[in-house]
Amino acid sequence: MEMLAPLIFLALLATAGFLFYKKASLIKKTILLGKSEIQYEQPAHRWKQVLLLAFGQKKMFKNPLVAFLHLIIYAGFIIINVEVLEIVIDGITGKHRVFLPYIGSFYTYFINVFEILAFGVTVVCVIFLVRRNVLYIKRLSSNDLAGWPKTDANLILVVEIVLMSLFFLMNGADQALQNLQVAHYAPTGSFIVSSMLVPSLSQLSADTLLLIERSAWWLHIIGILAFLNYLPYSKHLHIILAFPSAYFSSLEPAGKMKNMPSVQNEVLYAVDPSKAPTDATPPATFGAKDIFDLNWKSLMEAYSCTECGRCSAACPATTTGKLLSPRKIMMATRDRLEEVAQNINKNTNFIDDQKTLLHNYISVEELRACTTCNACVEACPVSLSPLDIIMELRRSLIMEESNAPSEWNNTFSNIENNFAPWKFSPEDRENWAKEI
Amino acid sequence: MKVNTMAEMMASGTMPEYLFWVGCAGSFDQRAQKITKAFSLILDKVGISYAILGKEEACTGDPARRAGNEFLFQMMAYQNIQVMNAYGVKKIITTCPHCFNTIKNEYPELGGNYEVIHHTTLLQSLINEGKIILKEGGAFKGKKISYHDSCYLGRANNIYEAPRKVLEILDAELIEMKRCRSNGLCCGAGGAQMFKEEEPGTTRINIERAEEAVATGAQIIASACPFCNTMLTDGIKNKEKENEMAVLDIAELIAESMA
Repeated sequence: MEMLAPLIFLALLATAGFLFYKKASLIKKTILLGKSEIQYEQPAHRWKQVLLLAFGQKKMFKNPLVAFLHLIIYAGFIIINVEVLEIVIDGITGKHRVFLPYIGSFYTYFINVFEILAFGVTVVCVIFLVRRNVLYIKRLSSNDLAGWPKTDANLILVVEIVLMSLFFLMNGADQALQNLQVAHYAPTGSFIVSSMLVPSLSQLSADTLLLIERSAWWLHIIGILAFLNYLPYSKHLHIILAFPSAYFSSLEPAGKMKNMPSVQNEVLYAVDPSKAPTDATPPATFGAKDIFDLNWKSLMEAYSCTECGRCSAACPATTTGKLLSPRKIMMATRDRLEEVAQNINKNTNFIDDQKTLLHNYISVEELRACTTCNACVEACPVSLSPLDIIMELRRSLIMEESNAPSEWNNTFSNIENNFAPWKFSPEDRENWAKEI
Repeated sequence: MKVNTMAEMMASGTMPEYLFWVGCAGSFDQRAQKITKAFSLILDKVGISYAILGKEEACTGDPARRAGNEFLFQMMAYQNIQVMNAYGVKKIITTCPHCFNTIKNEYPELGGNYEVIHHTTLLQSLINEGKIILKEGGAFKGKKISYHDSCYLGRANNIYEAPRKVLEILDAELIEMKRCRSNGLCCGAGGAQMFKEEEPGTTRINIERAEEAVATGAQIIASACPFCNTMLTDGIKNKEKENEMAVLDIAELIAESMA
């Protein structure tokens, strides 16, 4: 058994790593189906955004209480990983608490820090479950999340509570075993949280305690590896993709819309044919009808979105009962991406499925409700842009399908013929000046 | 008072320091015309050298682009840039945040490079320079004023302070709405919504915003965008509060208070 355990552990680790790598590669491949019009300039400024938005969670602090709670889970996640490192080394080498002999009394100190954080994480996860399922915080209980997304959110919180509990149980049983002076369980000193479990655990026999300690240890690490593999299927993927998303978020004024050089040139050649190159070919499509036409930044953002709903809570359309919800735009884009990924996985190349992001996943009515006010982008803690997706789909609607409400068609023809969105004579444009 | 056009200036062999980009609302909408007039009065009083394009001005293309009609936007942009470059325009002031955003952020990559200034920013610097002097005991002294952030000035271009700083000199009581600055609620007009019926919902965006405005108890809602002005005026009428509160552009507030 002593020889077998590290082998089983290595097999588990390798399997989990391989499966994660495979799924992550597929997601990367799917994201790169998007257009490559990404801006890389000003890397220093971009790293600053990663520091402020992703590491520092600056925008989360618009709501300090929730930001603080989220920070506990986030800090817990990052710092407790040091302990996971020890667990992994223990697993591979077959040793127990491999760091202990090297750092001596500091060991107790470190584990105490981990335990305090783990306790904090547990408490916050409970609070978050209450917010979602008892208090019904509006943005966490809206229709966007009906079905799987709600389950996903609760599952993440429950799994985190279970993992933290296993961590405490493992440490508690360890201390009880130390008291019985069982071999391999070297004295670590008392741990701040799990020591509270020791009195009740001490009622049990050494064999039972060994079974509990080993089960908790294995379940804890198996749980972590399983959770790692759950990430790519879950909204929780934000813990990874928030960082590149912050890096690539726009550095330009939020009001600036992405230019379409192809259309710019079309217009230029129309007014000045001498400028048109002889081999000028018109662009294949205008705007985005499906995920392939979107920038890969938008596609990455769809995978990065953790469905917190701050965008929709700030959206003037959502809050006045319109069909549009910026969070749903991100979720719909990811759903379509997943569908395309499965299609490619099955058929090697994408086989037309007679579906598109526009119409099948996002309706005309949703797109028409957007006021381009940028509240969604501003509200997003990592500045994801549902607006970019909305605008690209609007472009496709108008320029590919000529699908506009009649009022907009009138507006267009007024702008074109009278140089103003209303039907006034351009001759009257300066009439106001005569009235002063 | 005479408002010159760029063509007239050029004919007389002079060039103004600023082009005043009036915009479609400021040119044609009866309510917005009052803002245009108020602002040109200020420019005149302060002695700023400016001219308008008059008949040569055309829609910047903002609503067309945001509706999704990039062709029409590019046509308008091309036309406007040709006209402005022909006059050698260097500095532009505008009372419309949508025109401001488009010319400032979207025209440069199409060949139109200008220094673009929103009128609230210009007013702030004129105040700082001591060029705007107000009457003693102005009409708005002690009044409650609440400023509504225009999305295309605020979130789109990070201009939150200038309009507020301008209002400070009125010696009024400034009250913020529940959602202000970067959290400000849209009036409902942007993204070409101004030009079509709102999509079905439980309420209208401008009514929701008007409710917040009414809740401040302010007598004056200060705006810095002709479209916000229209939307909020309608919203306040809907709440039947038009006798208790008025929506006025910052230029109108200053013009009325100037000595």
